[in-house]
Amino acid sequence: MRVNFTVNGRQQEADDVWEGESLLYVLRERMGLPGSKNACEQGECGSCTVRLDGVPVCSCLVAAGQVEGREVTTVEGLADYAKHRESAHPGGGCASGACGTSLQDAQQWKAKGQDSQTGEGTELSPIQQAFIDAGAVQCGFCTPGLLVAADELLERNDTPSDADIREALSGNLCRCTGYEKILDAVRLAAARQGEVV
Amino acid sequence: MAGTTTGIPANVTQGSQTKGGVGESMLRPDGTLKVTGEFAYSSDMWHEEMLWGQILRSTVAHAEIVSIDISEAVALSGVYAVLTADDLPAAKNYGMEYQDTPVLAYGKVRHHGEPVALVAADHPETARRAAAKIKVEYKELPVITDEASATAPDAVLVHEDRGDHHAGHVPHPNIVHRQPIIRGNADEAAKKADVIVKGEYTFGMQDQAFLGPESGLAVPSEDGGVDLYVATQWLHSDLKQIAPCLGLPEEKVRMTMAGIGGAFGGREDISMQILASVLALRTGKPVKMVYNRYESFFGHVHRHPAKLYYEHGATKDGKITHMKCKIVLDGGAYMSSTPSVVGNASSLSVGPYVIDDVEIEAIGLYTNNPPCGAMRGFGAVQACFAYEAQMDKVAAKLGMDPVAFRQKNAMEQGTIMPTGQPVDSPAPVAELLRRVKARPLPPVRQWESSEGADVRALPGGLSNTTHGEGVVRGVGYAVGIKNVGFSEGFDDYSTAKIRVEVINGEAVATVHTAAAEVGQGGVTIHAQIARTELGVQQVTIAPADTQVGSAGSTSAGRQTYMTGGAIKNSCEIVREKVLEIGRRKFGSYHPAWANAELLLEGGKVVTDGGEVLTTLVEVLEDEAVEVEEEFRHRPTEAFDLRTGQGNGHVQYAFAAHRAVVEVDTELGLVKVIELACAQDVGKAVNPLSVIGQIQGGTTQGLGVAVMEEIIVDPKTAKVRNPSFTDYLLPTILDTPTIPVDYLELADPHAPYGVRGIGEAPTLSSTPAVLAAIRNATGLELNKTPVRPEHLTGT
Ligand code: FES
Ligand code: FES
Repeated sequence: MRVNFTVNGRQQEADDVWEGESLLYVLRERMGLPGSKNACEQGECGSCTVRLDGVPVCSCLVAAGQVEGREVTTVEGLADYAKHRESAHPGGGCASGACGTSLQDAQQWKAKGQDSQTGEGTELSPIQQAFIDAGAVQCGFCTPGLLVAADELLERNDTPSDADIREALSGNLCRCTGYEKILDAVRLAAARQGEVV
Repeated sequence: MAGTTTGIPANVTQGSQTKGGVGESMLRPDGTLKVTGEFAYSSDMWHEEMLWGQILRSTVAHAEIVSIDISEAVALSGVYAVLTADDLPAAKNYGMEYQDTPVLAYGKVRHHGEPVALVAADHPETARRAAAKIKVEYKELPVITDEASATAPDAVLVHEDRGDHHAGHVPHPNIVHRQPIIRGNADEAAKKADVIVKGEYTFGMQDQAFLGPESGLAVPSEDGGVDLYVATQWLHSDLKQIAPCLGLPEEKVRMTMAGIGGAFGGREDISMQILASVLALRTGKPVKMVYNRYESFFGHVHRHPAKLYYEHGATKDGKITHMKCKIVLDGGAYMSSTPSVVGNASSLSVGPYVIDDVEIEAIGLYTNNPPCGAMRGFGAVQACFAYEAQMDKVAAKLGMDPVAFRQKNAMEQGTIMPTGQPVDSPAPVAELLRRVKARPLPPVRQWESSEGADVRALPGGLSNTTHGEGVVRGVGYAVGIKNVGFSEGFDDYSTAKIRVEVINGEAVATVHTAAAEVGQGGVTIHAQIARTELGVQQVTIAPADTQVGSAGSTSAGRQTYMTGGAIKNSCEIVREKVLEIGRRKFGSYHPAWANAELLLEGGKVVTDGGEVLTTLVEVLEDEAVEVEEEFRHRPTEAFDLRTGQGNGHVQYAFAAHRAVVEVDTELGLVKVIELACAQDVGKAVNPLSVIGQIQGGTTQGLGVAVMEEIIVDPKTAKVRNPSFTDYLLPTILDTPTIPVDYLELADPHAPYGVRGIGEAPTLSSTPAVLAAIRNATGLELNKTPVRPEHLTGT
């Protein structure tokens, strides 16, 4: 079947989609957007969290057919989404048009020197920057899902208590960090948001 | 930060001119890629013409394979290959310490979930359907599941013909390895004891449960070899095991590290590496393989479940007289690293205490349970759970404070281990306990906060199961000792290639190692070390691959020590070479080139008096200096097979925990309120990631205390819960705040004084939580994990 939907503000069309293919599979393997992760494909870990018409969902549990005509935001579009939050119109999606990972790119990451440490040169949403600054990223496999979930929390609640943060992120497993620095990151992003307003 | 820091070269502490050196909290170089979703993990690899590999796994634990019928699978459209063991190109077995693990089962299957056949197809769903159409006929055999069934005189043998070098000295062919340690005379010493305490403990099977599934891409190359992109803990160990199974020389198997989503020991053994390569070579197409979570539970070794039998004696004044123990580790169907786990469990079974008279025996079994091997804490975790429970029991029997009792018996620098090896660097056991104890306790009844009752802070949380009626609090302590690095005479080394050159008018250093960045932060500290040693601001970390010498494994807390040491070593030689060039070019202009001690700082050549001679850019111009050097720690030796004596370990790490829990005694629900840790890290190369490692390790220990366990049916040896639905991991709601207090007592033998960090916090966290639950409930609780039924007696 063919599925038409919007990903990170850009109209997309997926052809020859199998019955039962998940949104996660379509994003990762057909759209070239591997940012949403595949840790359990059972809806238990939250690594694949994306927003579907603004609502955080486990994309591994969403059948591709269900997204027909709808809007999906992935971690690749998070910075843009956060930027355009006020106008409620998530903008031009992946700005460079090159969010996907070709084999050449995918073969390995390359440290980008100073830039990649500070986030300089790459536009990041406040929650992305806060995850870097707080040391909330270790292996980083849980990170995309956590970022999408945390960003949605901050959109709803700009001064979340620790209990609120824990509740909002309870569907996202992280095996590396012990969560403490993830809490720090969300607190940090909330505090910075507060300063701006 | 606290304590004394010694053994650090002067230029390191002064190196303030080069920012981002050793000792600073630095952010990850891969951070931006990871938060934008651009970082390419092993499951993200993609190639235009790639096929998908799929494994068919055995549905029974122990059986003869009568027949395999692949005809229906082959007939499916979109299927490119269906393979069984008969189709394997070369060696049929692999293994880290001994090659007893079949690539695909032949003749027999020995555990539930063992790979039996292999499919490549153009869509993962096609591959799955094809695998489901393969018909395997099994003739089931009796299963060996525990010590009694394994060591019965007429027991079925898991491996009929053992050719490994442990086979000759074990008392039964179903025992992989046995390590006794005898020191002093435990029976004599027991006569001095005023109290004797015995205990029997059970440690459940834990899973590493890294989030990034086993995965990778194998691309056949024109020369008949294969290019392999995978997530692993040790590229060169994989290479040694893969090449013979493919029938290829090592040069034709080129491995590149793909992004790793956590490891914790679970990626030490081979998973899909050989299988994907075999499919790629067979089909001539790139093959991607990604385990789903169900497969991942079968696709890697787990932490050894254990039975531990302990006896301690003590005098009235609180001195431990002796210890006897027997530790039985279930290694499952294949050897993996069981012999080393046995060595660790026995040599660390006394814990961080002074006990002169001991009688220790640790064994590892072959059974038909899932294979077990490396996991964070490696044999020391199980022992710590038991000896710490014993410490509380003895203290209680003596009427002593459990922390004071531990401190009274705590080892220190100079203590002789039961193996006869002296502890020759700081061992601040009593101090670590003092620190966690001195910390103020979190306020009681936190659910009744100032803003009114918040049910989320209670055991049971949002399920709203209590309003605090049956909730009681408990506090518990534990401390542990872990060896760092590879022990027992292993030739442990790491290699680093360092290059400095001028790029775009700036001096740039490139660090190339084969070390696995599993999330622990190695890439950050590698750059920090290069900056410190070379005074170069710009450091590039080259991707890890097999084009450079082995870095050894990212495990055993060894990578900062070993690869850090290799980088430091290589940088020192690079520095010398750079200075030689400088002397050649500028030596005649300034006497300091010949007379003074010269340093590289902030991109400049500086005298020890601080005088700037020239810049690196001027020295190098268009020359590049490149050095590839190895680093070895001091040698260790094997433990004697009868007495266990020998200088077997390189270094020790110590951590202590205090757990505060609240238990709903009616429903048996536990909430851990706080889990404070104090640890000696030797030298915090990157304080930010030190704390992250300690918190992560602590949480894995918490998991095993209250929820994590792979449940294997004792009658069929089948795994009952291979999913994240049924294997429970701590969520952010289950994990308390984890305050960390670290000491930096340098190890004089280690580069910068570093001490392995990642493993020790996993040891003491589990017994501390158990102690706190016992303290709250008064129950005995000798088993992990503690389940509600253990607390309510139902
Ligand atoms: S991958 Fe979707 S919830 Fe785990
Ligand atoms: S799972 Fe590795 S950082 Fe969260």
